[in-house]
Amino acid sequence: MTRQIFIGMAISALGATVAMAEIAPENVEFTDGAIAQSLSGTAGNAEDGKKVFSTAGLGNCVACHAAEISKDIPFPGTVGPALDGAADRWTPEQLRGIVANAKMMFDGTVMPSFYKTSGYIRPGDAYTGKAGTEPLPPILSAQQIEDVVAYLQTFKE
Amino acid sequence: MTPRTIKTALAATAVLGFAFAGMANAEAADDTLVIDGTEIVTRAPASAHLDGALPELYSGWHFRDADTRAMEADDFDNPGMIYVDRGLDSWNTVDGTEGKSCASCHEGPESMKGLRAVTPRVDAKTGKLMNIEAYINDCRTTRMGAEAWGDKAEAMTDVMALISVQSRGEIMNVATDGAAAPFYEKGKEMYYTRYGQLELSCANCHEQNYGNYIRSDHLSQGQTNGFPVYRLKDTKLTTAQGRFVGCVRDTRAETFKIGSDEFNALELYVASRGNGLAVEGVSVRN
Ligand code: HEC
Ligand code: HEC
Repeated sequence: MTRQIFIGMAISALGATVAMAEIAPENVEFTDGAIAQSLSGTAGNAEDGKKVFSTAGLGNCVACHAAEISKDIPFPGTVGPALDGAADRWTPEQLRGIVANAKMMFDGTVMPSFYKTSGYIRPGDAYTGKAGTEPLPPILSAQQIEDVVAYLQTFKE
Repeated sequence: MTPRTIKTALAATAVLGFAFAGMANAEAADDTLVIDGTEIVTRAPASAHLDGALPELYSGWHFRDADTRAMEADDFDNPGMIYVDRGLDSWNTVDGTEGKSCASCHEGPESMKGLRAVTPRVDAKTGKLMNIEAYINDCRTTRMGAEAWGDKAEAMTDVMALISVQSRGEIMNVATDGAAAPFYEKGKEMYYTRYGQLELSCANCHEQNYGNYIRSDHLSQGQTNGFPVYRLKDTKLTTAQGRFVGCVRDTRAETFKIGSDEFNALELYVASRGNGLAVEGVSVRN
């Protein structure tokens, strides 16, 4: 406990001097499934976000989602809804919440949580099949989340 | 949008999604598997114990492309059949301190007819949960005085292939009640548990999303009636539990061991979900 408070204070102290600090996965606050603040403090880059979207070892969003805008990425999956018009349906804050932890927006969804580190059943060490130790590294970093959210903001109809 | 309207909009999508799921299931190729003049049941009504979880059963064969389906329909083209021949050699080979082969006690492999369709099962004499691997190693260690074969040993999968072919076309009928009930319940609980950092259960992929694509993979119902399968990707045979290892690993979870109590129970449960489909006797998958 004391330790957590101490770290918490250290972070707010830092926050006072450095304008924007990264928000750690365990400190993210959701409001109706959305996250108001940038997770990294640095604006997302849509081009890097596309890489996160399409790369199997990163977001691998294309495993489940197709869209007209991302049609140059081969073999999109159909487990999730097509993302055409996602930026018309959702605010950037909502998109950030969906990517960080979709279960806060869609109860029980099959979409994985990309910015979460604990609370798993038999957590593994990435894709090795071996045991992992919580807290696990989140699947995506704060900046990768911001980047993919920036990319999603181009999904307009 | 207020959160409330979002939820309503989603509810609408969910309903639509359901309609699409129906269509997607129709993506199970409309085709009939005939091997050597015998029609193999690859589509069947779901048995009552599934309680409507699946509207209809489909073998994984329906979700593979036309070339792969054709390969399984012809024993000369089916690469898995080579291992059946090799399995027959092992069947007849004396091994261990007792100077016996499988044939010494069981005569021809046709004595195994029917076994594949009712396993895993709780053995009536010993009360132990047994799959075919367990029976094979029990004979090797207690009757032949030979070493147990490893989970992935070629000799093991060869003999499993030989045994499965003896039941080709027979309808899967794995017991779920009586002595099997506790294993069934445990396996069922596992089937719906969302393992790993991706928090995905077997049901998330194979019950909720069969017919959909996950990247380029066409999701099937994850039925085990075709096992052991010849996987084109691995160019060798894979057992059901070998497949489970891969599926659990893909959820970024710690897998269970082949032959563990957990996977043995899961194998019985998953097999029972396919009661009504026929044993394929070395299927071909990608
Ligand atoms: C394993 C499948 C899966 C993966 C991987 C996945 N999603 Fe999703 N996603 C879904 C599903 C299913 C939904 C629908 C929500 C529900 O369950 O009701 C969804 C919903 C969404 C939505 C809202 C849908 C809309 O159009 O209104 C967005 C945006 C989204 N996902 C983005 C992403 C991004 C970005 C990634 C990768 C970082 C990703 N998803 C990875 C399955 C997935
Ligand atoms: C992330 C998605 C995913 C999850 C979760 C998953 N699987 Fe699979 N599984 C696949 C894919 C993809 C394939 C290959 C295509 C197919 O046959 O469905 C497959 C194939 C299979 C097959 C082979 C079917 C055949 O006919 O060859 C079996 C059996 C199977 N899975 C069982 C399971 C079990 C049991 C679990 C839970 C322990 C599980 N799967 C969890 C994605 C998944």
